[in-house]
Amino acid sequence: MEQLSVNHLLGIKSLKEDDVQLIFETADRFKEVINRPIKKVPSLRDITVANLFFENSTRTKLSFELAEKRLSADVINFSASQSSVKKGETLIDTVNNILAMKVDVVVMRHPNPGAALFLSKNVDACIINAGDGTHEHPSQALLDAYSIKEKIGDLRGKKIAIVGDILHSRVALSNIYALKMLGAEVRLCGPKSLIPKYYDALGVSVSTDLMQTLKWCDAANMLRVQNERMDLNYFPSNREYAQLYGLNAKKLMSLKKDIVLLHPGPINRGVEITSDVADSKNAIILDQVENGVAIRMAIIYLLVAKLNIPTT
Amino acid sequence: MSPRILLSHKKIEIILNRLSCQLIEKFNDFDDVVLVGLQPRGVYLLNRLVEMLENSYGIKKVINGKLDITFFRDDFRRFDKTLSPSSNEMELTIEGKSVVIIDDVLYTGRSIRAALTALDNYGRPNDIQLLVLIDRRFSRDLPIQPDYIGAQVDALEGDKVRVQWKDKSKDDTVFIEKR
Repeated sequence: MEQLSVNHLLGIKSLKEDDVQLIFETADRFKEVINRPIKKVPSLRDITVANLFFENSTRTKLSFELAEKRLSADVINFSASQSSVKKGETLIDTVNNILAMKVDVVVMRHPNPGAALFLSKNVDACIINAGDGTHEHPSQALLDAYSIKEKIGDLRGKKIAIVGDILHSRVALSNIYALKMLGAEVRLCGPKSLIPKYYDALGVSVSTDLMQTLKWCDAANMLRVQNERMDLNYFPSNREYAQLYGLNAKKLMSLKKDIVLLHPGPINRGVEITSDVADSKNAIILDQVENGVAIRMAIIYLLVAKLNIPTT
Repeated sequence: MSPRILLSHKKIEIILNRLSCQLIEKFNDFDDVVLVGLQPRGVYLLNRLVEMLENSYGIKKVINGKLDITFFRDDFRRFDKTLSPSSNEMELTIEGKSVVIIDDVLYTGRSIRAALTALDNYGRPNDIQLLVLIDRRFSRDLPIQPDYIGAQVDALEGDKVRVQWKDKSKDDTVFIEKR
């Protein structure tokens, strides 16, 4: 297959396995590009991309912006906190005003699940979901799967654990879809209160025992505890969480095998993962960041390739 | 219509030897020369020439790279098909060097224009030359001409000139396919 089956990247659920493989193959090429002395190619020099962030973000926003710039696109940034959204403008109005400035691609993060889908149905631009509430975060899942694959090879039959705050995590849901699609076995691990009720519909197993899960898996994605999304107390204290579900060097050593550790960032050092583990050779957290740019370049390149230039 | 054979295995062997000799005549010991094959099809020609120069003509080391020009092409988004990149293997600098771009068929010249842009990223070369196995005359869109030519062909627009390189089952052959 030589092109994506979709015109927008709304979630992993809307992708086919061929799409994911195509994104990975293209990302291999871009990874080489961003390691050249001149890290830039002119493919998107006639494209304008708007990054709309209705929710705070550091690395995703930087990563998308860098990916766009490395493809030579023009970039405009928008964050809700400094805009007319505060004055009560609706999402469609905001985006249509931005599109009137001749923007081709919109990368959006929004606190409401389904915001990207809603936008793709109502405005005329290519939409890339950079996280919609607790729903999906497809580019993160793609870069996670790509990073694991880079480290341990084909994911078919591999055992991957997703540990921590699954309930509030869009990364977890997108990861489950992506890893299952690529043939991996997925196990969720965390306190019962942070595991969603209907996990079995996703075809994953669940454990509340961290050590057992770590012994089982080839790679573990240590999710961030999302304190900002917790409207009530899901566990007694960060200290207790760290004791039961935090990963430290002692637990890692006792496994007597090497597992790959991921973290989508930002890290709560000492809660879900201790500093010595986060900086150990098992952790591929910084590889994830580098791969993130390559994966996002591939996503944008492949989606823009479908925006044909009108011949008239 | 079945493809017509333009160049046979034997003829190609003679041409490759001639091209090698022309390069040696020009560059002598290859100290300050970089051969750059264009992905995907120019790389086969590059590999054959490098092998011949090193094994048959005793050149010690021919510095060479494989350049992918996909992201520098001017026809991105002009077709329904997405342009798929190949690997890029350019572990070298071309600063102050003589560069020879190597491709199998020269047609409109647009790939070569893209290659010239792509090469910018690897330094400022002393000069750049172009070597092709087949030059399709009278079909250029841009003012680009080769310096070393395997064979010249007058093919109609719409015809396809295809180079097949030898492997276990096939010989080197150049075909022309009518559309």
